Amino acid sequence: MSSLLDAIPKLPVADGVENFTSWLTDTFAFLFDPIQKYSEIAMEFVTETLLLVPPLLFILIVAVIAFIASRKKFGLAAFSIVGLWFIYNQGLWSDLMNTLTLVLVASLLSVIIGVPFGILMAKNKVANTIIAPVLDFMQTMPAFVYLIPAVAFFGIGMVPGVFASLIFAIPPTVRFTNLGIRQVSDELVEAAESFGSTGAQKLFKVELPLAKSTIMAGINQTVMLALSMVVIASMIGAPGLGREVLSSLQRAQVGTGFVSGLGLVVLAIIIDRLTQKLNKK
Amino acid sequence: MSKITIEHVTKVFGKKTTQALELLEQKKSKQEILKETGVTVGVNDVSFTVEEGEIFVIMGLSGSGKSTLVRMFNRLIDPTKGNIFIDGENLSTMDKKALRQVRREKLSMVFQNFGLFPHRTILENTEYGLEIQGMDKAERQKKAQKALDNAGLGDYKDQYPNQLSGGMQQRVGLARALANDPEILLMDEAFSALDPLIRREMQDELIELQSNVKKTIIFITHDLNEALRIGDKIALMKDGSIVQIGSPEEILTHPANDYVEKFVEDVDRSKVLTAENIMQRPETLNIKNHGPRFALEQMRNEGISSMLVVDGQRNLLGYITAEDASDARKKNIQSIESIVKSDIPTVTRTTSMNDIFSVIHDSTTPVAVVDEGKLVGIIVRGAVIAALAGESEVLENV
Repeated sequence: MSSLLDAIPKLPVADGVENFTSWLTDTFAFLFDPIQKYSEIAMEFVTETLLLVPPLLFILIVAVIAFIASRKKFGLAAFSIVGLWFIYNQGLWSDLMNTLTLVLVASLLSVIIGVPFGILMAKNKVANTIIAPVLDFMQTMPAFVYLIPAVAFFGIGMVPGVFASLIFAIPPTVRFTNLGIRQVSDELVEAAESFGSTGAQKLFKVELPLAKSTIMAGINQTVMLALSMVVIASMIGAPGLGREVLSSLQRAQVGTGFVSGLGLVVLAIIIDRLTQKLNKK
Repeated sequence: MSKITIEHVTKVFGKKTTQALELLEQKKSKQEILKETGVTVGVNDVSFTVEEGEIFVIMGLSGSGKSTLVRMFNRLIDPTKGNIFIDGENLSTMDKKALRQVRREKLSMVFQNFGLFPHRTILENTEYGLEIQGMDKAERQKKAQKALDNAGLGDYKDQYPNQLSGGMQQRVGLARALANDPEILLMDEAFSALDPLIRREMQDELIELQSNVKKTIIFITHDLNEALRIGDKIALMKDGSIVQIGSPEEILTHPANDYVEKFVEDVDRSKVLTAENIMQRPETLNIKNHGPRFALEQMRNEGISSMLVVDGQRNLLGYITAEDASDARKKNIQSIESIVKSDIPTVTRTTSMNDIFSVIHDSTTPVAVVDEGKLVGIIVRGAVIAALAGESEVLENV
């Protein structure tokens, strides 16, 4: 029986992917290199700018936004103040800003790329059939695997970190945008069409506004996933809280690891609650 | 002038459309086609004409294809086969741009569940049709405001749809449709989601609106009473085909087949039938020629207790009772002139049965039907009851 299984020798899938990736790297080096270079500069600029803001002021701004977003309730604002102060107190402030940059840039790009793909899926059956399995693939493939091509394309540092986070985090935005648009009731779509709306008018005046809260839920998921990639991205040199966790792991320093991890949790909770509350408005 | 003409319009849903169309040609039933090809027949070879300024009701039970049919008038659904003409222009062959233009200028639609955009205020909803035509803000808001004022909802313009009751929401739906000043209104079960009282009110308003602004209205409903109430013409659909087209009276009095007959069985006839439909040929006395003796004899023969009195030109003068006639005969009075009572209730040909009820209830005599003073018929209690019960003999007399 085993001869039957062995009838076909090992398929050279790994080699194929290997070759393909190096082909991509070589062929598009002229593209990847400047992207890497300028993105690095841009992201460093974001981090530097964030670091220019005095920590106390930063904490207060976050607290005020939290207070307004939660409709004048103190819970989240108080949590933000205590949590962010704790991170500052532990000397992790600049790591926090690096992490924040990575999360913000990855999320922003996810939204910019993901929403149009979601719209395409909702509007086009063929696109839907093609993109849906790709999204499944992107979400189930272990996130570590994305690090390999990320390094191949963009070297090490923040940029490949964003690239890997992007691939890992983009599916919810695409899916929820698709879902949100499909959920708009037939009658409202018909109403829009019956008045002679063009496709764009229908999309921007009816479908997207009505899908907004669903899309926002997807974006919230995307931000959370991007945040969860922070530690993994630090393996390829992305700076921030994740790197602290990683180095604690390598040196078996439970205490430092715990503190950095806690910093990530604080950031996660603030971002999650904030995006949710903004959505409810 | 005919506003809309549709010719042999067919719509089938599914993949094997060509095969299904062939089977339709062979007069296969909807069920057979579904079984053989998996294709659902929505509308099957429908043709008719709608006149300008007419309320044309398409009525049928759910699954009869009426909603599919109405969506082909503005091509929210594309017909599989057949032509749709609006003002002589063939809608079915139009490109997207021309179609959009027709939708913007000629057609507006009102939906069963109102179809209001929940994220827009009442005013923003109402101006939607004008907004997408690129009209500038001040002008379109003015028009929208006017449409809302006409619907009596001007004060609600900054509210959101979910803050309004169902009846008010549908008024907004109607105002939104009218803000465009379309020539044709498509109303898909527009009043079906409303409670009966509001529905009645809206029907009245629609009829009034129709007589004021002369829109051509295509009205879809599953409620025959509603159809009979507002329709100038009714098309009855079953399994995607038209079973009968006619005026409300025609549908009621001359059902085309068993299906229609069964349908109209439960109709509240009181709202549809008029005096003309149930009146009978009266036995009359001529005031000049007939005396009490003749009157009594006639009454005995016919088994009635009173008779109507007319003059030579059949102008209604009144009635006499058997009692008075017999008194007069005893007193040897030759003429009936002195015993004619003039307090007889009268109605006209077009008085509805609903109104006849109250007249006949308060009266001890039959009710006379007059047309410009001339007697044309008589209504007795028995006929009213028989008509309500739907006895066809009564209606055949018409």
